[in-house]
Amino acid sequence: MTSLRADWRRARAIAWKDLTTERRSKAGFNGVVALAVTILVMFGFALGPDAQAIRDGASGAIWLAALFAGVLAFNRSYQVELDGGALEQLILYPGSRRAIFAGKLLANFAFVALMLVVVTAVGGVLFQVQIPAEWPILLVIFFLGALGLVTLGTFYAAMASRSRAREVLLPLLLFPMLVPVLLASMEATKALLGGNVMGDAGAWARLLAAFDVVFFVATFLAFESVIEV
Amino acid sequence: MSTTALAPAAGVRRTSGWQAFGWFSFAFLIASQAIAIAISPPDRDMGDLQKIMYVHVPAAWMTMLAPLAVLMFAMRYLWKRREEDDLIAASAAEVATVFSGLTLLLGMIWARPTWGVWWTWDPRLTSTLVLFLILASYLALRALVDERERRAQWSAAVGVLGAINVPIVYLSVRWWRTIHQIQSSPATVDPAYVIGLRLNAFALLFVMVYFIRRRYEAALLERAAEHAAETMALGGSNGR
Repeated sequence: MTSLRADWRRARAIAWKDLTTERRSKAGFNGVVALAVTILVMFGFALGPDAQAIRDGASGAIWLAALFAGVLAFNRSYQVELDGGALEQLILYPGSRRAIFAGKLLANFAFVALMLVVVTAVGGVLFQVQIPAEWPILLVIFFLGALGLVTLGTFYAAMASRSRAREVLLPLLLFPMLVPVLLASMEATKALLGGNVMGDAGAWARLLAAFDVVFFVATFLAFESVIEV
Repeated sequence: MSTTALAPAAGVRRTSGWQAFGWFSFAFLIASQAIAIAISPPDRDMGDLQKIMYVHVPAAWMTMLAPLAVLMFAMRYLWKRREEDDLIAASAAEVATVFSGLTLLLGMIWARPTWGVWWTWDPRLTSTLVLFLILASYLALRALVDERERRAQWSAAVGVLGAINVPIVYLSVRWWRTIHQIQSSPATVDPAYVIGLRLNAFALLFVMVYFIRRRYEAALLERAAEHAAETMALGGSNGR
Protein backbone atom coordinates (compact mmCIF):
# COMPACT_ATOMS: atom_id res chain seq x y z
CA MET A 1 0.00 0.00 0.00
CA THR A 2 2.77 2.40 0.93
CA SER A 3 4.68 1.48 -2.23
CA LEU A 4 1.58 2.16 -4.28
CA ARG A 5 1.31 5.56 -2.64
CA ALA A 6 4.99 6.21 -3.28
CA ASP A 7 4.52 5.25 -6.93
CA TRP A 8 1.62 7.61 -7.21
CA ARG A 9 3.75 10.40 -5.72
CA ARG A 10 6.50 9.66 -8.25
CA ALA A 11 4.02 9.62 -11.11
CA ARG A 12 2.66 12.98 -10.01
CA ALA A 13 6.16 14.41 -9.75
CA ILE A 14 7.02 13.28 -13.28
CA ALA A 15 3.75 14.64 -14.65
CA TRP A 16 4.34 17.93 -12.84
CA LYS A 17 7.86 18.18 -14.22
CA ASP A 18 6.66 17.54 -17.78
CA LEU A 19 3.82 20.01 -17.50
CA THR A 20 6.04 22.68 -15.95
CA THR A 21 8.55 22.34 -18.78
CA GLU A 22 5.69 22.65 -21.22
CA ARG A 23 4.13 25.61 -19.44
CA ARG A 24 7.37 27.53 -19.37
CA SER A 25 8.20 27.10 -23.03
CA LYS A 26 4.69 26.74 -24.48
CA ALA A 27 6.35 26.11 -27.84
CA GLY A 28 5.14 22.54 -27.98
CA PHE A 29 1.56 23.18 -27.03
CA ASN A 30 1.13 26.21 -29.27
CA GLY A 31 2.64 24.38 -32.21
CA VAL A 32 0.53 21.29 -31.72
CA VAL A 33 -2.71 23.24 -31.30
CA ALA A 34 -1.95 25.37 -34.35
CA LEU A 35 -1.41 22.17 -36.33
CA ALA A 36 -4.68 20.68 -35.05
CA VAL A 37 -6.61 23.78 -36.12
CA THR A 38 -4.91 23.73 -39.53
CA ILE A 39 -5.92 20.09 -39.97
CA LEU A 40 -9.50 21.01 -39.08
CA VAL A 41 -9.52 23.71 -41.76
CA MET A 42 -8.12 21.22 -44.28
CA PHE A 43 -10.88 18.76 -43.39
CA GLY A 44 -13.36 21.55 -43.99
CA PHE A 45 -12.05 21.88 -47.54
CA ALA A 46 -12.07 18.11 -48.03
CA LEU A 47 -15.65 17.69 -46.85
CA GLY A 48 -16.90 20.42 -49.12
CA PRO A 49 -18.91 23.58 -48.73
CA ASP A 50 -22.19 21.72 -48.23
CA ALA A 51 -23.30 22.51 -44.65
CA GLN A 52 -24.88 19.12 -44.00
CA ALA A 53 -21.84 17.18 -45.27
CA ILE A 54 -19.58 19.29 -43.09
CA ARG A 55 -21.77 18.73 -40.05
CA ASP A 56 -21.82 14.96 -40.68
CA GLY A 57 -18.05 14.87 -40.94
CA ALA A 58 -17.46 17.02 -37.86
CA SER A 59 -16.89 14.24 -35.31
CA GLY A 60 -14.45 12.41 -37.58
CA ALA A 61 -12.56 15.60 -38.36
CA ILE A 62 -12.26 16.61 -34.70
CA TRP A 63 -10.96 13.20 -33.61
CA LEU A 64 -8.54 12.86 -36.51
CA ALA A 65 -7.19 16.37 -35.93
CA ALA A 66 -6.65 15.46 -32.27
CA LEU A 67 -4.93 12.23 -33.33
CA PHE A 68 -2.56 13.77 -35.88
CA ALA A 69 -1.61 16.59 -33.52
CA GLY A 70 -1.40 14.24 -30.53
CA VAL A 71 1.19 12.05 -32.25
CA LEU A 72 3.61 14.96 -32.12
CA ALA A 73 2.97 15.47 -28.42
CA PHE A 74 3.65 11.82 -27.53
CA ASN A 75 7.08 11.73 -29.13
CA ARG A 76 7.91 15.13 -27.62
CA SER A 77 7.19 13.92 -24.12
CA TYR A 78 10.15 11.53 -24.31
CA GLN A 79 12.22 13.65 -26.65
CA VAL A 80 12.81 16.36 -24.07
CA GLU A 81 14.31 13.77 -21.72
CA LEU A 82 16.30 12.01 -24.42
CA ASP A 83 17.87 15.27 -25.58
CA GLY A 84 19.02 16.01 -22.06
CA GLY A 85 20.17 12.42 -21.53
CA ALA A 86 17.82 12.26 -18.55
CA LEU A 87 15.74 9.21 -19.36
CA GLU A 88 18.42 6.81 -18.12
CA GLN A 89 18.61 8.59 -14.79
CA LEU A 90 14.86 8.52 -14.55
CA ILE A 91 14.89 4.77 -15.09
CA LEU A 92 17.67 4.31 -12.54
CA TYR A 93 15.69 5.99 -9.77
CA PRO A 94 14.36 3.54 -7.19
CA GLY A 95 10.74 2.52 -7.44
CA SER A 96 8.60 0.95 -10.08
CA ARG A 97 9.08 1.99 -13.71
CA ARG A 98 5.32 1.96 -14.03
CA ALA A 99 5.39 5.26 -12.16
CA ILE A 100 7.27 6.73 -15.13
CA PHE A 101 4.57 5.50 -17.47
CA ALA A 102 1.81 6.78 -15.20
CA GLY A 103 3.51 10.18 -14.94
CA LYS A 104 4.01 10.54 -18.66
CA LEU A 105 0.45 9.37 -19.19
CA LEU A 106 -0.92 11.98 -16.80
CA ALA A 107 1.06 14.79 -18.42
CA ASN A 108 0.13 13.69 -21.94
CA PHE A 109 -3.50 13.39 -20.89
CA ALA A 110 -3.52 16.96 -19.59
CA PHE A 111 -1.85 18.09 -22.80
CA VAL A 112 -4.27 16.26 -25.10
CA ALA A 113 -7.32 17.21 -23.03
CA LEU A 114 -6.41 20.88 -23.26
CA MET A 115 -5.79 20.52 -26.97
CA LEU A 116 -9.15 18.76 -27.38
CA VAL A 117 -10.90 21.70 -25.71
CA VAL A 118 -9.47 24.06 -28.32
CA VAL A 119 -10.03 21.65 -31.20
CA THR A 120 -13.64 21.01 -30.20
CA ALA A 121 -14.39 24.70 -29.79
CA VAL A 122 -12.86 25.60 -33.15
CA GLY A 123 -14.35 22.51 -34.82
CA GLY A 124 -17.77 23.30 -33.38
CA VAL A 125 -17.68 26.75 -34.90
CA LEU A 126 -16.12 25.80 -38.25
CA PHE A 127 -18.36 22.77 -38.78
CA GLN A 128 -21.52 24.48 -37.52
CA VAL A 129 -22.17 21.95 -34.79
CA GLN A 130 -24.87 22.60 -32.21
CA ILE A 131 -24.00 21.66 -28.67
CA PRO A 132 -26.36 18.79 -27.78
CA ALA A 133 -28.50 18.78 -24.66
CA GLU A 134 -26.61 15.69 -23.47
CA TRP A 135 -23.31 17.53 -23.32
CA PRO A 136 -22.23 15.82 -20.07
CA ILE A 137 -22.23 12.51 -21.98
CA LEU A 138 -20.18 14.19 -24.67
CA LEU A 139 -17.66 15.17 -22.00
CA VAL A 140 -17.48 11.56 -20.81
CA ILE A 141 -16.89 10.37 -24.37
CA PHE A 142 -14.12 12.92 -24.87
CA PHE A 143 -12.57 11.82 -21.59
CA LEU A 144 -12.68 8.14 -22.54
CA GLY A 145 -11.50 8.75 -26.09
CA ALA A 146 -8.61 10.93 -24.97
CA LEU A 147 -7.65 8.31 -22.36
CA GLY A 148 -7.47 5.56 -24.99
CA LEU A 149 -5.52 7.78 -27.36
CA VAL A 150 -3.06 8.87 -24.68
CA THR A 151 -2.58 5.40 -23.19
CA LEU A 152 -1.57 3.80 -26.47
CA GLY A 153 0.25 6.93 -27.63
CA THR A 154 2.40 7.19 -24.52
CA PHE A 155 3.19 3.49 -24.66
CA TYR A 156 4.25 3.36 -28.32
CA ALA A 157 6.13 6.65 -28.09
CA ALA A 158 8.36 5.07 -25.43
CA MET A 159 9.67 2.86 -28.22
CA ALA A 160 9.32 5.07 -31.29
CA SER A 161 11.06 8.08 -29.74
CA ARG A 162 14.16 5.97 -29.08
CA SER A 163 14.38 4.44 -32.54
CA ARG A 164 15.49 5.61 -35.95
CA ALA A 165 12.79 7.30 -38.05
CA ARG A 166 10.59 7.98 -35.04
CA GLU A 167 8.33 10.33 -36.98
CA VAL A 168 7.32 7.45 -39.21
CA LEU A 169 7.37 4.66 -36.69
CA LEU A 170 4.98 6.14 -34.13
CA PRO A 171 2.00 6.65 -36.47
CA LEU A 172 2.75 3.32 -38.12
CA LEU A 173 2.57 1.52 -34.78
CA LEU A 174 -0.15 3.63 -33.23
CA PHE A 175 -2.80 4.16 -35.89
CA PRO A 176 -3.77 0.52 -36.53
CA MET A 177 -3.87 -0.09 -32.77
CA LEU A 178 -6.14 2.90 -32.29
CA VAL A 179 -8.79 1.74 -34.76
CA PRO A 180 -11.22 0.50 -32.07
CA VAL A 181 -10.77 3.53 -29.80
CA LEU A 182 -11.13 6.02 -32.62
CA LEU A 183 -14.07 4.22 -34.18
CA ALA A 184 -15.92 4.16 -30.87
CA SER A 185 -15.07 7.81 -30.09
CA MET A 186 -16.11 9.04 -33.51
CA GLU A 187 -19.34 7.04 -33.60
CA ALA A 188 -20.32 8.06 -30.08
CA THR A 189 -19.63 11.72 -30.83
CA LYS A 190 -21.47 11.48 -34.12
CA ALA A 191 -24.49 9.86 -32.48
CA LEU A 192 -24.64 12.64 -29.90
CA LEU A 193 -24.16 15.49 -32.36
CA GLY A 194 -26.75 13.94 -34.66
CA GLY A 195 -29.41 13.98 -31.94
CA ASN A 196 -28.61 10.58 -30.41
CA VAL A 197 -30.46 8.30 -32.81
CA MET A 198 -31.29 4.94 -31.21
CA GLY A 199 -29.25 5.79 -28.12
CA ASP A 200 -26.06 4.57 -29.77
CA ALA A 201 -23.87 7.04 -27.94
CA GLY A 202 -24.25 5.31 -24.58
CA ALA A 203 -23.51 1.88 -26.03
CA TRP A 204 -20.45 3.17 -27.88
CA ALA A 205 -19.28 4.91 -24.71
CA ARG A 206 -19.51 1.65 -22.76
CA LEU A 207 -17.57 -0.16 -25.49
CA LEU A 208 -14.99 2.63 -25.43
CA ALA A 209 -14.64 2.29 -21.66
CA ALA A 210 -14.06 -1.47 -22.08
CA PHE A 211 -11.36 -0.86 -24.73
CA ASP A 212 -9.72 1.70 -22.45
CA VAL A 213 -9.53 -0.77 -19.58
CA VAL A 214 -8.03 -3.50 -21.79
CA PHE A 215 -5.39 -1.22 -23.29
CA PHE A 216 -4.65 0.46 -19.96
CA VAL A 217 -3.94 -2.85 -18.23
CA ALA A 218 -2.02 -4.30 -21.19
CA THR A 219 0.24 -1.26 -21.60
CA PHE A 220 0.91 -1.02 -17.88
CA LEU A 221 1.98 -4.65 -17.81
CA ALA A 222 4.11 -4.36 -20.94
CA PHE A 223 5.76 -1.02 -20.14
CA GLU A 224 8.42 -2.50 -17.90
CA SER A 225 9.91 -4.58 -20.69
CA VAL A 226 9.76 -1.64 -23.08
CA ILE A 227 11.51 0.95 -20.93
CA GLU A 228 14.20 -1.23 -19.34
CA VAL A 229 16.16 -1.65 -22.58
CA MET B 1 24.80 -8.75 -23.05
CA SER B 2 22.50 -10.59 -20.78
CA THR B 3 20.85 -12.42 -23.66
CA THR B 4 21.62 -16.11 -23.76
CA ALA B 5 24.26 -16.93 -26.32
CA LEU B 6 22.97 -18.62 -29.42
CA ALA B 7 24.19 -21.92 -30.75
CA PRO B 8 27.19 -21.48 -33.05
CA ALA B 9 26.64 -21.35 -36.79
CA ALA B 10 27.19 -25.09 -37.09
CA GLY B 11 23.87 -25.75 -35.39
CA VAL B 12 22.02 -23.54 -37.84
CA ARG B 13 22.42 -25.65 -40.95
CA ARG B 14 19.32 -26.98 -42.56
CA THR B 15 18.48 -30.51 -41.61
CA SER B 16 17.49 -32.84 -44.40
CA GLY B 17 14.28 -33.58 -42.51
CA TRP B 18 13.05 -30.03 -42.99
CA GLN B 19 14.09 -30.03 -46.61
CA ALA B 20 12.07 -33.18 -47.20
CA PHE B 21 9.17 -31.60 -45.38
CA GLY B 22 9.37 -28.62 -47.74
CA TRP B 23 9.21 -30.84 -50.80
CA PHE B 24 6.33 -32.78 -49.29
CA SER B 25 4.42 -29.56 -48.46
CA PHE B 26 4.59 -28.19 -51.96
CA ALA B 27 3.80 -31.56 -53.55
CA PHE B 28 0.83 -31.87 -51.20
CA LEU B 29 -0.32 -28.36 -52.09
CA ILE B 30 -0.16 -29.04 -55.84
CA ALA B 31 -2.00 -32.36 -55.40
CA SER B 32 -4.66 -30.78 -53.17
CA GLN B 33 -5.28 -27.97 -55.64
CA ALA B 34 -5.54 -30.48 -58.49
CA ILE B 35 -7.95 -32.71 -56.58
CA ALA B 36 -10.07 -29.78 -55.39
CA ILE B 37 -10.36 -28.30 -58.86
CA ALA B 38 -11.04 -31.68 -60.46
CA ILE B 39 -13.73 -33.00 -58.13
CA SER B 40 -15.75 -29.85 -57.45
CA PRO B 41 -18.55 -29.00 -59.89
CA PRO B 42 -18.85 -25.41 -61.10
CA ASP B 43 -20.84 -23.30 -58.66
CA ARG B 44 -24.41 -22.46 -59.70
CA ASP B 45 -23.87 -18.71 -59.42
CA MET B 46 -20.15 -18.23 -59.64
CA GLY B 47 -19.15 -21.00 -62.04
CA ASP B 48 -15.43 -21.72 -62.00
CA LEU B 49 -14.78 -18.50 -60.12
CA GLN B 50 -15.53 -20.52 -57.01
CA LYS B 51 -12.16 -22.33 -57.44
CA ILE B 52 -10.38 -19.35 -55.93
CA MET B 53 -11.93 -20.44 -52.65
CA TYR B 54 -9.33 -23.22 -52.38
CA VAL B 55 -6.54 -20.70 -51.96
CA HIS B 56 -8.42 -17.78 -50.46
CA VAL B 57 -10.20 -19.54 -47.58
CA PRO B 58 -7.22 -21.66 -46.40
CA ALA B 59 -5.00 -18.58 -46.66
CA ALA B 60 -7.49 -16.71 -44.47
CA TRP B 61 -7.34 -19.52 -41.92
CA MET B 62 -3.55 -19.34 -41.87
CA THR B 63 -3.87 -15.57 -41.42
CA MET B 64 -5.59 -16.36 -38.14
CA LEU B 65 -3.14 -19.09 -37.10
CA ALA B 66 0.16 -17.36 -37.83
CA PRO B 67 -0.46 -14.36 -35.53
CA LEU B 68 -1.33 -16.85 -32.79
CA ALA B 69 2.17 -18.25 -33.24
CA VAL B 70 3.54 -14.70 -32.94
CA LEU B 71 1.57 -14.20 -29.73
CA MET B 72 2.72 -17.52 -28.28
CA PHE B 73 6.41 -17.05 -28.99
CA ALA B 74 6.38 -13.35 -28.04
CA MET B 75 4.89 -14.26 -24.67
CA ARG B 76 7.37 -17.07 -24.24
CA TYR B 77 10.16 -14.63 -25.02
CA LEU B 78 8.91 -12.21 -22.35
CA TRP B 79 8.75 -15.10 -19.93
CA LYS B 80 12.01 -16.95 -20.64
CA ARG B 81 14.03 -14.29 -22.50
CA ARG B 82 15.44 -16.77 -24.99
CA GLU B 83 16.47 -15.13 -28.22
CA GLU B 84 15.31 -18.10 -30.30
CA ASP B 85 11.71 -17.37 -29.32
CA ASP B 86 12.05 -13.81 -30.54
CA LEU B 87 13.39 -15.01 -33.87
CA ILE B 88 10.59 -17.56 -34.28
CA ALA B 89 7.99 -14.88 -33.45
CA ALA B 90 9.56 -12.60 -36.06
CA SER B 91 9.56 -15.39 -38.65
CA ALA B 92 5.92 -16.15 -37.90
CA ALA B 93 5.08 -12.45 -38.23
CA GLU B 94 6.76 -12.31 -41.65
CA VAL B 95 4.81 -15.32 -42.83
CA ALA B 96 1.59 -13.93 -41.29
CA THR B 97 2.11 -10.70 -43.23
CA VAL B 98 2.46 -12.64 -46.46
CA PHE B 99 -0.62 -14.74 -45.77
CA SER B 100 -2.79 -11.80 -44.74
CA GLY B 101 -1.67 -9.89 -47.83
CA LEU B 102 -2.45 -12.93 -49.94
CA THR B 103 -5.87 -13.30 -48.31
CA LEU B 104 -6.70 -9.65 -49.03
CA LEU B 105 -5.46 -9.80 -52.61
CA LEU B 106 -7.23 -13.07 -53.44
CA GLY B 107 -10.37 -11.81 -51.75
CA MET B 108 -10.32 -8.69 -53.91
CA ILE B 109 -9.84 -10.74 -57.07
CA TRP B 110 -12.80 -12.85 -56.01
CA ALA B 111 -14.94 -9.92 -54.88
CA ARG B 112 -14.66 -7.93 -58.08
CA PRO B 113 -16.57 -10.38 -60.35
CA THR B 114 -18.95 -11.68 -57.65
CA TRP B 115 -19.81 -8.57 -55.60
CA GLY B 116 -18.95 -6.07 -58.33
CA VAL B 117 -16.50 -4.16 -56.10
CA TRP B 118 -12.86 -4.62 -55.15
CA TRP B 119 -13.49 -3.70 -51.58
CA THR B 120 -16.32 -3.45 -49.06
CA TRP B 121 -16.11 -2.40 -45.41
CA ASP B 122 -17.18 -5.79 -44.16
CA PRO B 123 -15.93 -6.58 -40.61
CA ARG B 124 -13.84 -9.52 -41.75
CA LEU B 125 -12.25 -7.63 -44.61
CA THR B 126 -11.58 -4.57 -42.49
CA SER B 127 -10.12 -6.46 -39.56
CA THR B 128 -7.89 -8.49 -41.90
CA LEU B 129 -6.63 -5.23 -43.36
CA VAL B 130 -5.96 -3.79 -39.90
CA LEU B 131 -4.19 -7.02 -38.94
CA PHE B 132 -2.03 -6.66 -42.04
CA LEU B 133 -1.17 -3.10 -41.00
CA ILE B 134 -0.33 -4.17 -37.44
CA LEU B 135 1.96 -6.90 -38.78
CA ALA B 136 3.58 -4.44 -41.15
CA SER B 137 4.26 -2.06 -38.27
CA TYR B 138 5.74 -4.94 -36.25
CA LEU B 139 8.14 -5.66 -39.10
CA ALA B 140 8.93 -1.95 -39.49
CA LEU B 141 9.79 -1.74 -35.79
CA ARG B 142 12.18 -4.66 -36.14
CA ALA B 143 13.80 -3.07 -39.17
CA LEU B 144 14.26 0.27 -37.43
CA VAL B 145 15.73 -0.96 -34.15
CA ASP B 146 19.29 -2.24 -34.34
CA GLU B 147 20.12 -3.16 -30.78
CA ARG B 148 19.31 -6.85 -30.37
CA GLU B 149 17.85 -7.05 -26.88
CA ARG B 150 15.87 -3.87 -27.38
CA ARG B 151 14.47 -5.14 -30.68
CA ALA B 152 13.46 -8.42 -29.09
CA GLN B 153 11.74 -6.88 -26.06
CA TRP B 154 9.97 -4.18 -28.01
CA SER B 155 8.74 -6.43 -30.75
CA ALA B 156 7.51 -8.93 -28.17
CA ALA B 157 5.46 -6.18 -26.50
CA VAL B 158 4.17 -4.90 -29.85
CA GLY B 159 3.37 -8.46 -30.92
CA VAL B 160 1.37 -9.25 -27.78
CA LEU B 161 -0.56 -5.97 -27.87
CA GLY B 162 -1.21 -6.34 -31.58
CA ALA B 163 -2.57 -9.84 -31.09
CA ILE B 164 -4.85 -8.63 -28.27
CA ASN B 165 -6.10 -5.89 -30.56
CA VAL B 166 -7.19 -8.13 -33.43
CA PRO B 167 -10.42 -9.45 -31.86
CA ILE B 168 -11.14 -5.95 -30.49
CA VAL B 169 -10.82 -4.47 -33.97
CA TYR B 170 -13.12 -7.16 -35.34
CA LEU B 171 -15.69 -6.49 -32.62
CA SER B 172 -15.65 -2.73 -33.10
CA VAL B 173 -15.82 -2.88 -36.88
CA ARG B 174 -18.66 -5.40 -36.77
CA TRP B 175 -20.54 -3.10 -34.47
CA TRP B 176 -19.83 -0.15 -36.69
CA ARG B 177 -21.15 -2.06 -39.70
CA THR B 178 -24.21 -3.70 -38.17
CA ILE B 179 -25.48 -0.35 -36.99
CA HIS B 180 -25.45 0.93 -40.53
CA GLN B 181 -26.11 -2.10 -42.66
CA ILE B 182 -27.12 -5.70 -42.30
CA GLN B 183 -24.19 -8.02 -42.66
CA SER B 184 -24.27 -10.52 -45.50
CA SER B 185 -24.61 -14.06 -44.19
CA PRO B 186 -21.76 -16.45 -44.97
CA ALA B 187 -22.70 -18.90 -47.71
CA THR B 188 -23.17 -22.45 -46.57
CA VAL B 189 -20.66 -24.73 -48.17
CA ASP B 190 -21.81 -27.75 -50.16
CA PRO B 191 -20.15 -31.09 -49.22
CA ALA B 192 -18.71 -31.33 -52.75
CA TYR B 193 -16.45 -28.41 -51.90
CA VAL B 194 -15.56 -29.41 -48.37
CA ILE B 195 -12.94 -32.07 -49.19
CA GLY B 196 -11.00 -29.73 -51.44
CA LEU B 197 -11.15 -27.03 -48.77
CA ARG B 198 -9.90 -29.34 -46.02
CA LEU B 199 -7.07 -30.77 -48.13
CA ASN B 200 -5.90 -27.31 -49.05
CA ALA B 201 -6.14 -26.09 -45.49
CA PHE B 202 -3.66 -28.81 -44.48
CA ALA B 203 -1.51 -28.11 -47.53
CA LEU B 204 -1.21 -24.41 -46.67
CA LEU B 205 -0.64 -25.27 -43.01
CA PHE B 206 2.36 -27.39 -44.02
CA VAL B 207 3.60 -24.66 -46.33
CA MET B 208 3.21 -22.11 -43.55
CA VAL B 209 5.15 -24.20 -41.04
CA TYR B 210 7.85 -24.76 -43.64
CA PHE B 211 8.03 -21.03 -44.44
CA ILE B 212 8.33 -20.11 -40.76
CA ARG B 213 11.08 -22.68 -40.35
CA ARG B 214 12.99 -21.36 -43.37
CA ARG B 215 12.69 -17.75 -42.20
CA TYR B 216 13.82 -18.83 -38.74
CA GLU B 217 16.90 -20.53 -40.26
CA ALA B 218 17.63 -17.35 -42.17
CA ALA B 219 17.23 -15.29 -39.01
CA LEU B 220 19.63 -17.58 -37.14
CA LEU B 221 22.20 -17.23 -39.92
CA GLU B 222 21.83 -13.46 -39.88
CA ARG B 223 22.33 -13.52 -36.13
CA ALA B 224 25.42 -15.68 -36.48
CA ALA B 225 26.81 -13.26 -39.07
CA GLU B 226 26.06 -10.30 -36.80
CA HIS B 227 27.75 -12.09 -33.94
CA ALA B 228 30.83 -12.84 -36.04
CA ALA B 229 31.02 -9.22 -37.17
CA GLU B 230 30.77 -8.04 -33.58
CA THR B 231 33.52 -10.40 -32.47
CA MET B 232 35.72 -9.15 -35.29
CA ALA B 233 35.01 -5.53 -34.40
CA LEU B 234 35.92 -6.18 -30.79
CA GLY B 235 39.32 -7.43 -31.89
CA GLY B 236 38.75 -11.13 -31.46
CA SER B 237 39.55 -11.78 -35.10
CA ASN B 238 41.40 -15.01 -34.43
CA GLY B 239 38.30 -17.21 -34.67
CA ARG B 240 36.90 -16.71 -31.17
